[in-house]
Amino acid sequence: MIHCVLHDPADSVAVVVVEGVKAGTTLTGLILDEDRTITLPCVQDIPLGHKVALKDLAVGDTVIKYGVDIGKVVQPIAKGQHAHVHNIKTKRW
Amino acid sequence: MQKTFWGYRRENGRVGVRNHVLILPVDDLSNAACEAVANNIKGTLAIPHPYGRLQFGADLELHFRTLIGTGTNPNVAAVVVIGIEEQWTKRIVDAIAATGKPVTGFGIELHGDHETIMRASKAAREYLQWASEKVREECKLEELWVSTKCGESDTTSGCGANPTVGDAFDKLYDAGCTLVFGETSEITGGEKIVADRCRDDKVRAEFMRVFDRYQEMINRHKTSDLSDSQPTKGNIAGGLTTIEEKALGNIQKIGKQCVVDGVLDKAEMPTHKGLWFMDSSSAAAEMVTLCAASGFVVHFFPTGQGNVIGNPILPVIKICANPRTVRTMSEHVDVDTSGLLQREITMGQAGDKLIDMMFRTANGRLTAAEALGHREFVLTRLYESA
Repeated sequence: MIHCVLHDPADSVAVVVVEGVKAGTTLTGLILDEDRTITLPCVQDIPLGHKVALKDLAVGDTVIKYGVDIGKVVQPIAKGQHAHVHNIKTKRW
Repeated sequence: MQKTFWGYRRENGRVGVRNHVLILPVDDLSNAACEAVANNIKGTLAIPHPYGRLQFGADLELHFRTLIGTGTNPNVAAVVVIGIEEQWTKRIVDAIAATGKPVTGFGIELHGDHETIMRASKAAREYLQWASEKVREECKLEELWVSTKCGESDTTSGCGANPTVGDAFDKLYDAGCTLVFGETSEITGGEKIVADRCRDDKVRAEFMRVFDRYQEMINRHKTSDLSDSQPTKGNIAGGLTTIEEKALGNIQKIGKQCVVDGVLDKAEMPTHKGLWFMDSSSAAAEMVTLCAASGFVVHFFPTGQGNVIGNPILPVIKICANPRTVRTMSEHVDVDTSGLLQREITMGQAGDKLIDMMFRTANGRLTAAEALGHREFVLTRLYESA
């Protein structure tokens, strides 16, 4: 089963694409642009559609998805944690 | 890929895939008469809306352009126009008539609703029976105009439903179709990618001009970072975090190869084939209404969390890759591409699945939104009335 997908190998987050992902699961991630898989640990429950961090991220770091800047880190995020509005904000507006 | 579909050829040569007789109000005051006519003459379609009084300048021009464009859309066979007075009514009638389409207008003043409804119903009945004898003919794929706009997006939109549209758009672009995308504010964060895809410096400069204008408008009116509006609450519930992330998902809809050949103002008609960017709101019903007014006859609408939108005259094909939405809202989904996220189908297969549904829809299959009666007709306003 594919648990999460990412676009670019350099992305810092992946999208969970199944329901019921729980802390402690080893996730299989599909790199869409390369049609190959990776594995990573999941350390928090993450809902369908929400993102999991693929690496440790510090406050002020740029978050990369689609190989492109999608915002900045505002709370530290550890690999395998839930990455969303509580720890990432827009750089626009 | 098929090279032809079965459509209705109109007087001006354009091809439609529906055969509506429209009862079109010029203004809010004329909705009641239009709905009464549509109730009298079964099979006609009234499209009530809340505007058309005391508008002025560019906002009034957009109002006229949207109503005239809706009336002239080739999915419409004939039009009855009703307004509170005759002059603005005549302006719309004359513009629709210029395309050769049967159209008659009625002003309510000096007649009242009763007499107007009676006279308009007689015209509507004649049009409906005339339209009912129109026969579909085989038309070239390149004669099909296809629009796209996504809604209630989530992260599965960006990795599933939107790139499905992108794959289809790349194929339809090569086939010579006329295509459009827009949602100016939802390009924020991906504007350089779209600019790089523009045909030449002239198109690029025009794209950046409308993009910067929209940003300036948002900056002028905003009271926060828009995190209550863009992304929407539904987007955030679905896992989208920032406008940049939403925008990068959004622009998956223009695929990997097709080129942005031109920029359109709202409800403006393309002058040649290719891919167009329309400067438009990102609100679903506003944008789809503008696509219909620009002459597009089939719409691709990818959704993640499950937007239920339709349009009175433009068949809206829903594409979804979110397995939970496909399960819980199946009656709204025309094309399920959730298999993409489990590697069960390739992007090329997903695009082909959408194109197959596009042909079936063009040939007459009702979309989920049509079957469910979704007819959202929402006019874009630029500023306050006088």
